[in-house]
Amino acid sequence: MHYILLVVAAVFVNNFVLSQFLGICPFLGVSRKIKTAMGMSGAVIFVMTAASAVTWVLQHLVLIPLGIGYMQTIAFILVIAAFVQLLDILMKRFVPPLHAALGIFLPLITTNCAVLGVAVLNARKDSNFLESVVYGFAAGLGFALALLIFAGLRERLDHAYPPKAFRGIALALVTAGLLSLAFMGFSGLVKI
Amino acid sequence: MYEILVTTLAIAAIGLVCGIALAIIAKKFAVKENPTVSAVEQALPGANCGGCGFAGCAAYAKAIVEDGSPINLCGPGGAQTVEAVGQIMGQEAEAPEPVMAFIKCGGDRGAAKRRSQYNGVTDCGAAHVVAGGWKECQYGCLGFGSCARACEYGAIAIHNGLAIVDPALCVGCGMCVTRCPRNLIEMVPVSHKIHVRCSSPEKGAIVRKLCSKGCIGCSMCVKMEGGVSMFMDRSLARVDYSKLPVAEPGVVAKCPVKCIIEHD
Repeated sequence: MHYILLVVAAVFVNNFVLSQFLGICPFLGVSRKIKTAMGMSGAVIFVMTAASAVTWVLQHLVLIPLGIGYMQTIAFILVIAAFVQLLDILMKRFVPPLHAALGIFLPLITTNCAVLGVAVLNARKDSNFLESVVYGFAAGLGFALALLIFAGLRERLDHAYPPKAFRGIALALVTAGLLSLAFMGFSGLVKI
Repeated sequence: MYEILVTTLAIAAIGLVCGIALAIIAKKFAVKENPTVSAVEQALPGANCGGCGFAGCAAYAKAIVEDGSPINLCGPGGAQTVEAVGQIMGQEAEAPEPVMAFIKCGGDRGAAKRRSQYNGVTDCGAAHVVAGGWKECQYGCLGFGSCARACEYGAIAIHNGLAIVDPALCVGCGMCVTRCPRNLIEMVPVSHKIHVRCSSPEKGAIVRKLCSKGCIGCSMCVKMEGGVSMFMDRSLARVDYSKLPVAEPGVVAKCPVKCIIEHD
């Protein structure tokens, strides 16, 4: 039950993009088409889950024993970037289809603030290993949900004929704001 | 002092471990890419237009090297590309006949009769589905620019409710052809200069009522040209692009509705 609540909290209540405003750059950047949004979502879920696991190990085996927890931001960026690079190499070698689907998105999100955010939040909440991984996965799912909804909206907006001042990124930002308001409706649903 | 030392050393150590691990793994698991593929890809224009039928220049390069696809499928690259790729692959092939898109409708807002006001989605496919569009003529260009949006080169512009291809900018990739819900776009050889700018096979009396620039099927051009490269398709004069270019420039002036045009 605890884990289900954790997932619901991360996907809906504290959605990374729409409630915590993390990872706005890929949210606006790769939301033009549903197809690319799906590739990006897959990559984000993948990287967030993996990053949660790796940073938990780093936090509990290196940073805390040495008493240098305040260096977590730099250490996390370093390790996440290296780890994603490693996954990229291994994926290219062993699962080329997966690499073809996610490959171009991986370098884009190595040090994305949403990915770093999930690691820092895990460290701050002092979660255990499984909680960290589940939370990372759920945060990725939340990002994917937000990105796909937004991409669907933008695909339809492409066919609309808004006033000149609203065209393009202005309308995208207004839409993002409305979507965020909608997700605010979930606040207070789950307290973790 | 001690804290600074520990922090610096710890972070440096993490970085060093990551770096060394990455270097070793990158070497050990490197994927050997065929150098010919990247050479062929370099030789292709890199426009990724998809005109060759593959997902992009990289996919086409791979297909040439690994599956033995023909080397002359690239329209935008033309003869130069075929020669460059041929040198790498040790093959020779004739360059594809350069083509360009031509939109077979001349009925702009002034010429074609309007049937209704359309306020829907600004997309030709959508407008076509809604009761057959806003024009009386069911074969006319709807002018919402679906083809222009498909064009990566900005070669199609909408003038007065009519899509027009700029021959200087068109590379002949053919991306626009399938976007037209009325099949008005044809890829025509660049060597052909004379085209019929109408697609309506309706009888002359009907066409005349709907559009002042539609082909009325008088067949004067076909008679004048001698039926070599032009022919009548029901009540529509057409150019047979598989034959030699129309050699009689007089047909342009002869056409009573001026729906035959000549590119320079």
